[in-house]
Amino acid sequence: MPVEGPLKSGGAVSRFATHYGMLGVLALLGLFFSWVTIQEQDRTGADAAKYLARRLAADAPKPSRVLIVAKAGEEDARFADTLEAILKKEGFTVAGKVQGDPREAKKALQEIADAGGRLDVIATTREGADWQVLATAGRAFPALAGVKVRIPATYTWPTFLKIENLKNVANQIVVIAVVAIGMTMVIITGGIDLSVGSLIALSAVVAAWLIRRAGGEGASGAALVFACLGAIAACGLVGAFSGLVITVFRIPPFIATLGMMQVASGLAFLLAQGQSIYQIPDSFTWLGRGADLLGLPNAVILMVLLYAAAWVLMSRTVLGRYIYAVGGNREATRLSGIRVRTVLLFVYVASGLAAGLGGVVTASQLKSGAPTYGQMYELYVIAAVVVGGTSLAGGEGKVLGTLIGAFIIAVIWNGMNLTHVESYTQKVVLGLVILAAVLLDTLKTRSWPWRFLTRPPV
Amino acid sequence: MADPSSPRAPLLVMEGVDKSFPGVQALKKARLDLYAGEVLALLGENGAGKSTLIKVLAGALPRDTGTLLLDGRPVAMASPLDARRAGVAVIYQEFNLIPTLSARENIFLGRERTTAGFFSRRRESAQARLLFDRIGVRIDPEALCRALTIAQQQVVEIAKALSLGARIIVMDEPSATLTSQEVERLFAVIRDLKAAGIAVIYISHRLEEVFRIADRATVMRDGETIATRAVRDLTRETLIEMMVGRPIEKEFPKTAATPGEPRLVVEGLSRAGAVRGVSFAVRRGEVLALTGLVGSGRTEVARLIFGADRRDAGTIRLDGRRLDIRSPRDAIRNGICLLAEDRKAQGLVLGLPVGENFSLPNLGRFSKAGFVRRRREREAFAVHARNLRIKVPNADTPARNLSGGNQQKLVLAKWLESNSEVLIFDEPTRGIDVGTKYEIYLLISNLAAAGKSILMISSELPEVLGMSDRILVMHEGRLSGEIADARAATQEQVLALAVG
Repeated sequence: MPVEGPLKSGGAVSRFATHYGMLGVLALLGLFFSWVTIQEQDRTGADAAKYLARRLAADAPKPSRVLIVAKAGEEDARFADTLEAILKKEGFTVAGKVQGDPREAKKALQEIADAGGRLDVIATTREGADWQVLATAGRAFPALAGVKVRIPATYTWPTFLKIENLKNVANQIVVIAVVAIGMTMVIITGGIDLSVGSLIALSAVVAAWLIRRAGGEGASGAALVFACLGAIAACGLVGAFSGLVITVFRIPPFIATLGMMQVASGLAFLLAQGQSIYQIPDSFTWLGRGADLLGLPNAVILMVLLYAAAWVLMSRTVLGRYIYAVGGNREATRLSGIRVRTVLLFVYVASGLAAGLGGVVTASQLKSGAPTYGQMYELYVIAAVVVGGTSLAGGEGKVLGTLIGAFIIAVIWNGMNLTHVESYTQKVVLGLVILAAVLLDTLKTRSWPWRFLTRPPV
Repeated sequence: MADPSSPRAPLLVMEGVDKSFPGVQALKKARLDLYAGEVLALLGENGAGKSTLIKVLAGALPRDTGTLLLDGRPVAMASPLDARRAGVAVIYQEFNLIPTLSARENIFLGRERTTAGFFSRRRESAQARLLFDRIGVRIDPEALCRALTIAQQQVVEIAKALSLGARIIVMDEPSATLTSQEVERLFAVIRDLKAAGIAVIYISHRLEEVFRIADRATVMRDGETIATRAVRDLTRETLIEMMVGRPIEKEFPKTAATPGEPRLVVEGLSRAGAVRGVSFAVRRGEVLALTGLVGSGRTEVARLIFGADRRDAGTIRLDGRRLDIRSPRDAIRNGICLLAEDRKAQGLVLGLPVGENFSLPNLGRFSKAGFVRRRREREAFAVHARNLRIKVPNADTPARNLSGGNQQKLVLAKWLESNSEVLIFDEPTRGIDVGTKYEIYLLISNLAAAGKSILMISSELPEVLGMSDRILVMHEGRLSGEIADARAATQEQVLALAVG
């Protein structure tokens, strides 16, 4: 039948659903863990102060005298300061502000009692309310009889969905997710890279070693940057070597990268002399622990940017097309005039670079470089890729799917931690999850169960 | 419809069979009847429903409605096991043998003969030898299947079917990869099966074979059974017309050509073990056929010219200029393209969408700064899809969903887009239905008329004689002869050169 005009593309919505079906699984998991972690949550910091002030304003008569008690620490300091400011504005009298331990609180109460002053309310956090000295203040200091302890009201919310927890989830998975970008490309070409775990260690060690040589804790910002670049480049070189072995000597990727895994690990141990290199300035943790933009961890932002770039590469560029083609049918691609070896070399270098970046982030998170980092990580990375829908046979897969796969693993991990599942049980569960994900994927493409539901008439 | 001259009752009757898949009605009240001891040819274009009907018969696909009568009794055929018990055996084109096991082990796979619980190699061996004798072919039961030739593997499949007590044997394109001598032997085996009362359903695109071996022919089209006739009442033209649904004036639409000067000149092409000292030239506007028996080196010659394999010796010149071809990339850049023999394994990336397959060798043209310009790609593809009449719902359909004929057209579109001057076709119409074959012949003819140089490799002699201007014949790696005027040539002439 003749075709008119440029051919339309297939339904965008239905394509989205088949390609990103794992998104549904992620959503279900999120819902599940939200449901099972619903708890009474305590407010903290400035938020707590606002709610407590509101409560006091409603409860206590205006000219009340209030003693603010809080623990030491940043969050509590914010609580105390905010509360003081609001109460003063509302017309309360702040008799004192304590930030420390129960002894200091006792001292403050003593002072107030001695000065003969009245005290109506002790405003504190939940933790403060547990202090003996506050609970029995009325009895211990007869002058302060009738004083009431007030804390901010709690609220009901899933622990899973608290902002800190979600940021935690994202942060935990950053290293695996970043490394998985390179692994996705390798697996799409029908190969595999088992060396990434060791490369994470090598990268962390190289970065730390370079930093130590450049002055250790006194190293300059530029030195830190060059150290990271050097570490990443070193891993890229290892990846290039793997790629050469695979393309020129035709050694299967499994074997080649298995060998490089040992080589890289050995190199890491040699360079670090078996120890952890810790002479690293605090400023280095900017990437791994810092959170500049809207409170989002810097590493998470890096991850998002990298995935965006990878998505563009795989879905919109010539090189991305070639990667899918080589994975789908290597011979046909070669016969179409594409330099297959170059494409393969690229993906292994990319995997090395991604692992190098993962190692740098790890070193930044832990403020040290040790050859024991990244152990077994290749398995989690491969799991993220497979759970995300990429076939190990090659030729198909989506980079964004890998991101979803990484999040699925992170959510299950985190969920199990929140629900206090024992760590050995966690391992079993994660393994079963990976199997389930692959099974779901095969069911999607082969309709085997449906065949048994239709019986022919005789 | 039943053969009125036969007083016997049919062995098998399939009536009113419907089968639909999402979006496609594969079978519409299809029917088929089969008598013991006859050879029934099942014919039809790709997509006509032949394979679906056979899969329903073999219990591999459940049917929506319809009845199957075996010896007059209805059967369910709900699974391949049912079919096996009913005595139906299917020999698929790709064979169902395990290459790393021996012929005997394959024959008795799943039904191993045991003595007191242990595998009895002796009993199986004896039975296997008996089967091979019955078939009349000598094969060592202990030989591994991967060491056997295609023809021998086919015999193993037949032996397997016989040992299962098959009364109906379906053969799907049995002669596609056989030499003419092996085809003769296969026909002898089929005649013996007939004499033993076994019915054979023979599926093939090679119409000459149908006239030689079949008693009756059933033609299907668009999922329906069009007609069943005795072969002696049919001619090649009527058969083609029934398959295609419209009268066909000429099977080979080759326009007469006056070829120009030699463009592609090949000298002393050699590769150890395959090709020895081959030299020839392809002229402007000419269709040069390269033929010979399987294994004579034709495909190897094509691959050497295209740079797919490394040549040990020889030069390649295009328009007088010597080319240094070391990879397909070099060949393509110089305007030479190859439509490989196995389009699924070598011509397409089946998992990729049709549009991406189309643009694969030419992405330079459809990209800017490394980014693919999808719109330009889609538009270019639409032009070719229109001209070549490629049936595809949209450009994102995976290439594997296309029929064989459409896949071949897609490969052609891919190379046409590269504006090649020299096109090498290796078995351009293998496994393609009659209607699409005609379209491809037309395209080849038009390309030649437009001044391209075409090297056509083919084992189908009618195609060679009907579509080429000049014929080169190869034998065991060398050129054994040339026939300057293809129109005046005969099949015997070509065969004589082909056997050395």
